Amino acid sequence: MTQLSMKSKKAKNDVVVSTSQLTNMQRILRDKWLYFLLIPGALYFILFKYLPMWGVLMAFQDYSPFRGFWSSDWVGFDHFINFFQNPDFIRLLRNTLILAFYDLIFFFPAPIIVALLLNEVRMQFFKRTIQTLVYVPHFMSWVIIASITYVFLTTSGGAVNAVVEFFTGEKINFLSSPDWFRPMIIAQVIWKETGWGTVIFLAALASVSAEQYEAAIMDGAGRFRRMWHVTLPALRSTIVILLILRLGNFLDQGFQQIYLMTNSLNRDVADVFDTYVYFVGITQGMFSYSTAVGLFKAVVGIILIYGADYFAKKMGQTGLF
Amino acid sequence: MHKMHNTPLGRVFDVFNHIVLILMGLVTFIPFVYVIAASFATEAEIAARPFFLVPETITTAAYDYIFSTNTFVRSIGVSVLVTILGTLVSLLLTMSMAYPISRKNLLGRNIILNLVVFTMVFNGGMIPTYIVVRSLGLLDSLWALILPVAINPFYLIIVKSFFQNLPTELEEAARIDGCSDMGVFWRIVIPLSKPVIATFTLFYAVFYWNDFFNALLYISDSAKWPVQLLLQQLIMVANVDFGTMDTMLTDPPEESLKMAVVVVATLPILVFYPFLQKHFAKGILLGSVKG
Repeated sequence: MTQLSMKSKKAKNDVVVSTSQLTNMQRILRDKWLYFLLIPGALYFILFKYLPMWGVLMAFQDYSPFRGFWSSDWVGFDHFINFFQNPDFIRLLRNTLILAFYDLIFFFPAPIIVALLLNEVRMQFFKRTIQTLVYVPHFMSWVIIASITYVFLTTSGGAVNAVVEFFTGEKINFLSSPDWFRPMIIAQVIWKETGWGTVIFLAALASVSAEQYEAAIMDGAGRFRRMWHVTLPALRSTIVILLILRLGNFLDQGFQQIYLMTNSLNRDVADVFDTYVYFVGITQGMFSYSTAVGLFKAVVGIILIYGADYFAKKMGQTGLF
Repeated sequence: MHKMHNTPLGRVFDVFNHIVLILMGLVTFIPFVYVIAASFATEAEIAARPFFLVPETITTAAYDYIFSTNTFVRSIGVSVLVTILGTLVSLLLTMSMAYPISRKNLLGRNIILNLVVFTMVFNGGMIPTYIVVRSLGLLDSLWALILPVAINPFYLIIVKSFFQNLPTELEEAARIDGCSDMGVFWRIVIPLSKPVIATFTLFYAVFYWNDFFNALLYISDSAKWPVQLLLQQLIMVANVDFGTMDTMLTDPPEESLKMAVVVVATLPILVFYPFLQKHFAKGILLGSVKG
């Protein structure tokens, strides 16, 4: 055993030596075509990823489109201080956290439950048909989903309001009611993504061997005990990883979805960091202030992601990186 | 599957389970059926009946109308162009960058990899990116819908891992025959990667077809709107000027027209759906394997 591993170590060293005998210049020349292939992609990352990262310095300026980046005045942390003192800050934080929390409570478990239900179906044809149907909305754009939502929820002839009116005698203006905004957003996410969300859990369930179920049957476990003691534990590590990922992206509410459902009547509860950056930055032209808001969110986001990764590793998971 | 003894309670559960799943399938799919049905219905019927699956009178007036307007036909043209061109650009950039960073002895490989991964956790954000796009003179250009999102770093890392795991024998044989890195890439690696190319062609194509965000940010000229932005304006803002000159109809069918636009904007996804279902599931599982 030891000899064998010694041998393979030696072989590895040989390869390393042969590469390190070359100077860096020689290595670059040897791989010139590889670097050539790298150029377009590298340009993309420099222009559209790293240049904007450097552009966040605008957050510390009074950027004026006419004077440009180089001659705009530096103002330090003024925009951040303004933002934190602005009532908008608490409102955005509240909206974002409430939506994220609802998402975690109502949407997160949905695919797990549906995957468990699908797993109990023994007729393969039935199972596949249902899967085919519930995966469809995942591939639709948010504009399509929002359009269908409008068509069904509108007070002028929408099917949902026809039902509501039949039972209660009056219509509910879901689309512009601040009270209905959050339930509507969560319902949309559940409708669009629950089906697709089952894919990863069903894949995890496919790896559970039939023997485990047979052993459970031998031990006298009924249907529900098998679900509880065999099926659910098989999903545990997938659930933990997805939960950690979700916590790492806690502040990310989908911009497109929120933007599409926002209007002047529900704006108070609808605004989250991303849509606020858009409205203040792009439509009102307050570039530096909105960059500061975006930077704040990005920095909190990066802390959350690395925090989630740290926790994952502490819990014995493989972590994200 | 394995034979199971079913208790009465288990049978009740089975019935309940099937009903719940059927309901779920219907709730997800029926809205689409209604939109398709309404796109073929008359205005009077849409106003009178809040819900139906088959219209009483079938008419193609809505489709005749939208296809007679420049605004709509142009927006479909923009979407098709951006989807095809964008997918080509994205594939080319993703593949050609993934190959060098999959070579373990490339000088600087780890630095490049770390720089790519860093963009997944931190980015300059909406406004600085907007300023860069504007400084490059891309505002109101269709390139703004492609270039700023040309490489998805997640896909890049997945393709890189795929290249890394390709069998090395063919490559070594090609090198002995005098193939350069370029030759190996085009003649050995690309042909071996057909399944992965097919998967990411679909990933990118669906992204470009569905993208609304970049058009909202960068395209203000309504003559260059892709169909997603046109649809959003039509349904949520209701200020689309279809032009009075480019149609014969004086009284456009308003509601069924919206439905018809939704249907046309959905159609490519539905047509390619069988492929999408297969390849996306594969992609999601590829993605869960760490690079």
